[in-house]
Amino acid sequence: MSCKESDTEAVDRRRRWLSILAKAPEARLDLLWQALGPVPAYTILRRPETGLVMLHGRISGNGAPFCAGEMTVTRAAVRLETGEVGFGYVGGRHAHQAEIVAVLDALGQREEWRDRLEAEIVSPLADEAEARHRLIAARAAATKVEFFTVAREAGT
Amino acid sequence: MYVAVKGGETAIAHSLHLIADRRRGDRDLAELTLEQIDQQLGLAVDRVMTEGSCYDRRLAALAIKQARGDLIEAIFLLRAYRTTLPRFGDSEPLDTARMVAERRISAAFKDVPGGQVLGPTYDYTHRLLDFSLAVAADRPEAPTAPADTAHALPHVGDILAREGLLEPPPEATGERPDDLTRHPLSLPADRPLRLQNLARGDEGFLLALGYSTQRGYGNNHPFVGEIRYGHVPVAFIPEELGFAIEIAEIDVTECDMVNQFAGSHDVPPQFTRGYGLAFGHAERKAIAMALVDRALRARELAESADSPAQDEEFVLAHSDNVEASGFVQHLKLPHYVDFQSELVVVRALRAEVEERNRRAAEQAVTLSQAAE
Repeated sequence: MSCKESDTEAVDRRRRWLSILAKAPEARLDLLWQALGPVPAYTILRRPETGLVMLHGRISGNGAPFCAGEMTVTRAAVRLETGEVGFGYVGGRHAHQAEIVAVLDALGQREEWRDRLEAEIVSPLADEAEARHRLIAARAAATKVEFFTVAREAGT
Repeated sequence: MYVAVKGGETAIAHSLHLIADRRRGDRDLAELTLEQIDQQLGLAVDRVMTEGSCYDRRLAALAIKQARGDLIEAIFLLRAYRTTLPRFGDSEPLDTARMVAERRISAAFKDVPGGQVLGPTYDYTHRLLDFSLAVAADRPEAPTAPADTAHALPHVGDILAREGLLEPPPEATGERPDDLTRHPLSLPADRPLRLQNLARGDEGFLLALGYSTQRGYGNNHPFVGEIRYGHVPVAFIPEELGFAIEIAEIDVTECDMVNQFAGSHDVPPQFTRGYGLAFGHAERKAIAMALVDRALRARELAESADSPAQDEEFVLAHSDNVEASGFVQHLKLPHYVDFQSELVVVRALRAEVEERNRRAAEQAVTLSQAAE
């Protein structure tokens, strides 16, 4: 069952949750969110707002960074009546998703919600992301070159 | 005489209506959706995101629809849109070793760890038109094979760099790289700034310059050390949180080029490198970028720099197709006053010449009469 998180545990968990929730398809996250039923009231601290993040690449993949181009990002912030503040940062212009992520980030800071959200939203989304990656890798693997060498037999 | 004129409002308004009408085309056909453009013209979306320098598939698809498939116009639209958005900050550098790769090949080393994975490539197609695509039909799903997803894909370059055969890339200084969207280009530009310019540069321009190096105008003996394409997470540290989170997963293409070796008294001979990175699947762009990146290092590597691709000012000042297209196409806009002033000058010059010729002819007649 849930127990109180240490500060490090809280950071690790929030980092994982926020990453999984941001990378999930908006429609899928919304479906799981709707299925959750009533959630505590919250106020919007920051309306979903779209802006840009400059993406850094690295020379030859691991050298000095350079500005590779920007991407759109949408952010939101909410506060629960009980005081927890949650943030959502999602790639793209997904205002609704940014708000849901912020609420889930806030709710996850409450012990009585944590396990349920993990089981009903975060874990399923993590599994689905992994399945998507497995499919990409499996299709790529089918295009892997199997080299064979043709050796000329001596004396023929 | 110069007279100020106004006019054309109605003509312009009707022209906009006409372009909207042409954009829609035959009303008996279904209207194109952004999802269709994203899914079925994905490489066009990739190019618009790369040169528009803004990763957002849906915005790029919208730009392509609005520009009726004119990709340079679409790139312009996307660039213009991005100027309306605030900047939230800079990402953590992309870690392409963590890529979920759809394609990864090396043209230099046959036995790379992880193997030669062709992925979706046109390289081995016969470039024959496929008339089966002319009609809608059910298309089969791609085959699969067991895959190892547990291990990160090491960069081919790192393996050779460890042996000292390949120059290591310049190390991070800890300072934030210069950003062209914040400060205008100043020369000489360091390599990170040049790479930003090339990353958003026109594919056709870079392709031609890269080709020119291969044909001998600044040849640097390139081998494709590695090309990889796939999905990488984007990590960002929101100021409110103070720790990094992943905010998206994006597709990128990376090309690490292995080039002509160089050595000196202090450094034993080793291969040099050029680098290319593009949004989406854009190998031609990434390779061309890597060739030009390497060519622009001529001075740093004490090579003679007398070819166009090695001329930093020439390359960096002409690579941007939004600037180029704007300046070339502005010639279509009314230049009535400029032209009028030139007309006056040419008329005056002609009158002067005619006057001189008339006088010379008169003088000749007088002289010949005097001689008689």
